[in-house]
Amino acid sequence: MGASQSGPVHMFQDLAYKTGFSIEQIKNLHNRFIYLTQAEDTLRREHLENVSDLALNPIRRQIIEAFFDKRNMGEKEKGCLQEIGFEEFVTVLSFFRPPKPHTADEEMKNIKKEKLRFLFNMHDTDNDGIITLDEYRRVVEELLSSYEIMGAETAKAITDAAMLEVASVTVGQMGPDEFYEGITFEQFMQILKDVEIETKMNIHFWNLDTRTVQCGK
Amino acid sequence: MIQELTSRLKLNFPAQIIPRYSCFRRGSMFILVLGLLVGSLMPLGGASGSPGSGTGQDECKKNNGDEKNGNKTTKKSFPVLSLNYENVRLPFEISLWVLLASLMKLGFHLMPRLSSIVPESCLLIVVGLLVGGLIKLVGKAPPVLESNIFFFYLLPPIILDAGYFLPIRQFTENLGTILMFAVVGTLWNAFFVGGLLYGVCQLEGTNLAGVNLLSCLLFGSVISAVDPVAVLAVFEEIHINELLHILVFGESLLNDAVTVVLYHLFEEFTNAGTITVTDGFLGIVCFLVVSLGGIVVGAIYGILAAFTSRFTSHTRVIEPLFIFVYSYMAYLSAEVFHLSGIMALIACGAVMRPYVEANISHKSHTTIKYFLKMWSSVSDTLIFIFLGVSTVAGPHEWNWIFVVATLVFCLVARVLGVIGLTFVINKFRIVKLTSKDQFIIAYGGLRGAIAFSLVYLLNPKHFPMRNMFLTAIITVIFFTVFVQGMTIRPLVDLLAVKKKQETKRSINEEIHTQFLDHLLTGIEDICGHYGHHHWKDKLNRFNKKYVKKCLIAGERSKEPQLIAFYHKMEMKQAIELVESGGGSKLPSAMPSTVSMQNIQPKKPPQDRALPQLSKAREEEIRKILRTNLQRTRQRLRSYNRHTLIADPFEDGLDEILIKRKKMKELEKKMNNYLTVPAPPADSPSVARARLASDPQAWGLKSVTEIPTIKVELVSPQNPESVKVVDEFSKKGSQPKGSEEEGGLTMRVPSSEKQRKDKTPDEEPQPRFMRCLSDPGPAAEDEDEDEPFLP
Repeated sequence: MGASQSGPVHMFQDLAYKTGFSIEQIKNLHNRFIYLTQAEDTLRREHLENVSDLALNPIRRQIIEAFFDKRNMGEKEKGCLQEIGFEEFVTVLSFFRPPKPHTADEEMKNIKKEKLRFLFNMHDTDNDGIITLDEYRRVVEELLSSYEIMGAETAKAITDAAMLEVASVTVGQMGPDEFYEGITFEQFMQILKDVEIETKMNIHFWNLDTRTVQCGK
Repeated sequence: MIQELTSRLKLNFPAQIIPRYSCFRRGSMFILVLGLLVGSLMPLGGASGSPGSGTGQDECKKNNGDEKNGNKTTKKSFPVLSLNYENVRLPFEISLWVLLASLMKLGFHLMPRLSSIVPESCLLIVVGLLVGGLIKLVGKAPPVLESNIFFFYLLPPIILDAGYFLPIRQFTENLGTILMFAVVGTLWNAFFVGGLLYGVCQLEGTNLAGVNLLSCLLFGSVISAVDPVAVLAVFEEIHINELLHILVFGESLLNDAVTVVLYHLFEEFTNAGTITVTDGFLGIVCFLVVSLGGIVVGAIYGILAAFTSRFTSHTRVIEPLFIFVYSYMAYLSAEVFHLSGIMALIACGAVMRPYVEANISHKSHTTIKYFLKMWSSVSDTLIFIFLGVSTVAGPHEWNWIFVVATLVFCLVARVLGVIGLTFVINKFRIVKLTSKDQFIIAYGGLRGAIAFSLVYLLNPKHFPMRNMFLTAIITVIFFTVFVQGMTIRPLVDLLAVKKKQETKRSINEEIHTQFLDHLLTGIEDICGHYGHHHWKDKLNRFNKKYVKKCLIAGERSKEPQLIAFYHKMEMKQAIELVESGGGSKLPSAMPSTVSMQNIQPKKPPQDRALPQLSKAREEEIRKILRTNLQRTRQRLRSYNRHTLIADPFEDGLDEILIKRKKMKELEKKMNNYLTVPAPPADSPSVARARLASDPQAWGLKSVTEIPTIKVELVSPQNPESVKVVDEFSKKGSQPKGSEEEGGLTMRVPSSEKQRKDKTPDEEPQPRFMRCLSDPGPAAEDEDEDEPFLP
């Protein structure tokens, strides 16, 4: 890798600065990226679908979509990418980085908001800024999809109950003429404020399984 | 004895009959009971087993007049009334003690000011001291807390209660931290205290030279263990946040293994005389065996209990019995092999709970919960009272230096241990432990009756300074319980430590917790990182695939957690509503009028069939429905959107599922056309009417009908009488209101307008299906508290 050593390192440092990972973690993630894409430059959906463990996950489709969602890349535009590079890969994963110790309260709130935004984007598939009843129902159906029973009916019931609850909590009184269209991001934040997302939505990045990495083909 | 009793009563009576003040009355009741107790305990004293030899003869004389040994000579008149106390003495005394304990507990809560300052455990110890003092005053030796009674009868209920209701999620999330505190912390405490005490004993001028190193280490190991009973008693009252609670409590449970091993280790060494390295190594092996063995024993019994509960559907009454007996057997079996009985109990309770709860009826669940709470409460009270009594009774040997040194070293060791361990632990935790947390953890390290009983078990021959140990331990216990127990509450308030949040678990949170689990597992898989979530997911899958099928009866084995949660919520809601008088007041805090009619998809479904209703008619219908709905005083709350079976206590989930399927088939058979009110006569009976909830589905079917729903009243007495005429499905926004209520009669609007003015009583035809919460539109005209129309 001789002379091109400085290139990636420089890129790594940029990424480390931007996303908050350490250089070591970025290197590990890079190795993993190469493994996933089988030494190609960009990651496509098929690569992610090849991860065997993911096949058993009920919400794998949404997880995979999240990697290709432009909104998660910090861009203002909406839509999906077809393939992503290493930078986008790390950007998406940075949503799951545990907050550094001794983080100020203000920054914790920001981190929480970002993580909740990521979750919200995962639910809001049509990019309109609102989680409607259908979208929510799809979420519940996918969660229950690994069980063979009951299917649509109970999912409907649960979704309705959940939406009702959100509406009751956030909007309160509603006349019979008003219509509640869906969950906005503020309401989403409100109902999940007790879940402590900033501490729960994290994984440790120092234990990557790099034994499967093959350098060069 | 009778005379003494009565004299005691006479003594007590004049002191407090001042009828004006109720607390005096209460006080008198207690003193009366105290007197009774003391009086009856006097013959018992501290001596063991005085065989009531007088019993037999009285009996004989009563029953067999022709006994050989008996009365040949004289013919006594038939004894109408005779006294035979010896026969019932033991059960009588036990009952009296239990009664005393419960009355004390009752009394403390009647005096709210006192119970908010002083924790219950302190008060109980004081009562014990008083009782012990009274007994001693009379001249008898008060009973001491026998270690057997403590370990076999008083301790298991408390531990089972704790283990069965252990919050598994928080426990496993913090398991590493808890284990560190329990194992490393206790070891550190034991050696620190033991070693330093030995050093003190070696000092000149303390005349403690007789205490050898091993005895000191043994003493250290016993006194360093945080006591679950004391911790529970104090922490229950201060409502501290869940993290700290589970840390201190988990530590107190898990350090039992360490204590057991160290105790036996040092006891053996004292007998043996010499220690080698092999012994040290064996000690470590022994620790692993004790703790893991205890857990395995507990898990085996837990699985057995779960398996048994699968078949109890026909004998619901004895379900709780299985739970209790299996758990107790787990404890005793572990004790047979000198394994950690506490860990066995915890493992048994935690393992069997998810499966048992899916199998047993709701009533059994309530029974188990209340029995466990009751037993543990009584045990807890008795333990503290006996501690007080034993203090008065026990042989004491007061040695200022030793006792003070013990106390100081215990406190210092605890603080140092916590700080040191937290420093290491915080490197691995996401949620770091702040110094406030550390302070509470250190301060919450209370010692209790387990330490006392363990020292009591020591053989005086091998441990000549046992009495001194007893005194020291009692002092430490008193100090921790009184000083630390009393001051922890104001300290918690002062330091503004986070308290427990009393929020109800909402379904949104549940959905997202599950979602997060899967999401994090997925991300871990993508990163190739086999972490915490990955293994948890694997365990869950294994559980779902194999274990649940074996241990859970019937259909419930396939029920996903989310659905189980949802059903539980519905049940709870229904029960709450019934208990609150059936609809006069909402139990929930949010009087919102949001209902399903308000929740509309942003874009109406594209493929609507042509509306066969004219616009005007649609408007009319909508208005009628809206006004009808507005008249009902209550909107169905979140989990009540579907009308519920009147009897939520019935556990025929299978029937529910079958009937639901029937409903679906019924729905499919519907004709989609607008009709004049359909004949209400023939209707299949369905227990649970599930009305179409889905605006989406309506769009796909081109249905424009307003069928009639004729539903019989649901009353708690006959849930089977619920009938549903027609399932309806209507596209668009119209049935949104009706689907929510589910009980309205939908007729063609013209007739509807007239009907709504009449009270339902005049119309036998449209009878309303009642949700438990829903009084129906006409309820306002009638009595408020009558949700169920006759």
